[in-house]
Amino acid sequence: MRFADHRLARVWDKVRAGERLSREDGLTLFETEDLLGVGRMADHAKSEREGDRVYFVINRYISPTNVCVLSCAFCGFARREGEAGAFEHSIEDIVGMVREEVREVHIVGGHHPDWPFEYYERVLAALHAARPDVQIKAFTAAEIDWFCRRWKLEPVEVLTRLKAAGLQTMPGGGAEIFSARLAKLLRYTGKANADRWCEIHGIAHSLGIRTNATMLYGHVETLAERVDHLLRLRAQQDASGGFLTFIALPYQVGATRLVPRPTPPADNLRTIAAARLLLDNFPHVEAYWVLLGEETASVALHFGADDVNGTLEDERVQHMAGAETPAGLAREQLFRIIRDAGKVPVERDALYNVVRVWQCEVSAGAARAER
Amino acid sequence: MIENIRDKILDGKRLDRDDGRWLLEKAPLLELGALAQEVRLSRLPERAVTFVIDSNPNYTNACVTDCQFCAFYRKPGHPEAWTLTVEEVLAKVESAARKGATTVLLQGGHNPELPLEYYVSLVRETRRRFPQITPHFFTASEIQTMARVSGLGVGAVLDRLWEAGQRTLPGGGAEVLSARVRQRIAAKKGGPEAWLEVHREAHRRGFRSTATLMYGHVEQVDDLLEHLDAVRELQDMFGGFTAFVPWSFKPGNTLLEKWVKQVAGPNAYLRLLAVSRLYLDNVPHIQASWFSEGKRAGQIALHFGVDDWGGTLFEENVHKAADFVNTISVEEIVALIREAGFAPVQRTTTYEVVRRW
Repeated sequence: MRFADHRLARVWDKVRAGERLSREDGLTLFETEDLLGVGRMADHAKSEREGDRVYFVINRYISPTNVCVLSCAFCGFARREGEAGAFEHSIEDIVGMVREEVREVHIVGGHHPDWPFEYYERVLAALHAARPDVQIKAFTAAEIDWFCRRWKLEPVEVLTRLKAAGLQTMPGGGAEIFSARLAKLLRYTGKANADRWCEIHGIAHSLGIRTNATMLYGHVETLAERVDHLLRLRAQQDASGGFLTFIALPYQVGATRLVPRPTPPADNLRTIAAARLLLDNFPHVEAYWVLLGEETASVALHFGADDVNGTLEDERVQHMAGAETPAGLAREQLFRIIRDAGKVPVERDALYNVVRVWQCEVSAGAARAER
Repeated sequence: MIENIRDKILDGKRLDRDDGRWLLEKAPLLELGALAQEVRLSRLPERAVTFVIDSNPNYTNACVTDCQFCAFYRKPGHPEAWTLTVEEVLAKVESAARKGATTVLLQGGHNPELPLEYYVSLVRETRRRFPQITPHFFTASEIQTMARVSGLGVGAVLDRLWEAGQRTLPGGGAEVLSARVRQRIAAKKGGPEAWLEVHREAHRRGFRSTATLMYGHVEQVDDLLEHLDAVRELQDMFGGFTAFVPWSFKPGNTLLEKWVKQVAGPNAYLRLLAVSRLYLDNVPHIQASWFSEGKRAGQIALHFGVDDWGGTLFEENVHKAADFVNTISVEEIVALIREAGFAPVQRTTTYEVVRRW
């Protein structure tokens, strides 16, 4: 492989040999002008693992509430109790949101000041009883940490009880960027810090609960902070091994306006590619179309991503923060994203069991077949 | 294979159909993109991306050509058909001039009731009243319409427009320069020669023009290669093309819609741009069409061999008729180019530098 930036040749030697990349390599991936050089290496790493497969899931996002005790500077979702736009869903509401064909629910919400922990147990139990076929992915490590602090519980008890109620996997949110500097600057010191976030995921993994991991970037973080975040996730995966997917979350400017413009698509592609290369022990790296937009998500399938998340019928958190993409894409639209990249759509469940491989009729060429 | 193609290009050899077919059908997208970018930066080493401040009004939607891909036209006599007077068009030119435009790309339907003098007046009056505006008027099929209504040849029509002060032509209406495809989607526009003749005669007279391609409908890879070959061959004769501008078919409200299984998306677009950069070795500029492909795809395209961002398109009605709407300001263009890692440079219709932002 030939590179416009010669520093990448050294990284490529390691990638080809299956050697682990260093912090310095990580910085090179983020700093180089050779965007496609980074992408080509990540594409190689992705193809070695998954060939042309790209995964998606028929899922439903549910936010039980947006009432939150925190005031993170990047968040356009949270409301105070009683504030205009605040909502609190009943168990019946939540169960009613899960339509027939949904295979996975993704439940994330605010840090509610009053809801007892038992309410969350009852939500999961009711969902599980009503739809035993639906896999429940619920509560970020930040929420688990909140339950512990609010109700004086230990994470192992919280997770054991939620698992008993029907929890199968955990989403990767709430990690933000692992940086004490940014936690202070962006007012998320009230949230689980890096050690706590990793501890909770480690405990979940030890209980057989698979989880995801995220990084919120494209605001005021440095490139070194991104690299350090990814390396911390890699170390945690070495220790506990239960992460399924890494999801890069570009900051949505919306109303919070930490920066004047969203980070450009080339940065999103680069971040996905760098994550694929640095996170050598993560099975999957996602191109989350809701935040990236369809075009970038589709191109990202050549930059190391092997998953586009799902149909996401409701995604209030990011949508209220100003994500441009209309919430809710039909399966056909996911096919369009995947097939334009010349990849094969594979429908999965929450644990990446294959539900169905959809036949791909469209070639990688620019031409479209005449009927 | 990509290495063979790279060697060929570095040796100054021209890509052939087999190379083109492999690039369009099989080449790994990012290998292709990286080579296109390498070639782009070796030909245009400045990390600059140009753009033009322009507007894209129309003078009539009355049209007798019935293209299957078009949502804009109405048959003459249809209650929604309209034609502007010379003064009404000039009001649009004035509005563009007030916004700082240096180019007005004027095009319209093929309305047999308009005499040649109408078109000539538009050019003459634009030159006279708005000397800062380049009249980038009339695509090839409109020139053919003028030739028909006036009974003059294409060459004589071009001479009249030249005398009135016109120096450039837009490249629209090429669709796919393949007899089979044009017969299928735009039968009344004539074969590829109808478009090529106008540009050949224009270049012979010293006009500059662009070449376009509308893909993503019923064409096959060989049709695309025919198109690229036709553009490259004509460019060898006079060197009159400034830029190549591909865009994807927008199916909304068109007769062709039901024949298109999957709309061509960003990956197909990036591939076509990169192949254009490599195959069209004699065309200086490759333009990203942020307008039709989206700003995100446009920004990514700057890493796939593209060096031009197109224009502001203050007024646009053709894509709008297909329910496809996109807008941009000069400030946004400058920001988009900068954050992609390039220096924004405002240019004229013919790629002279107006201002480095």
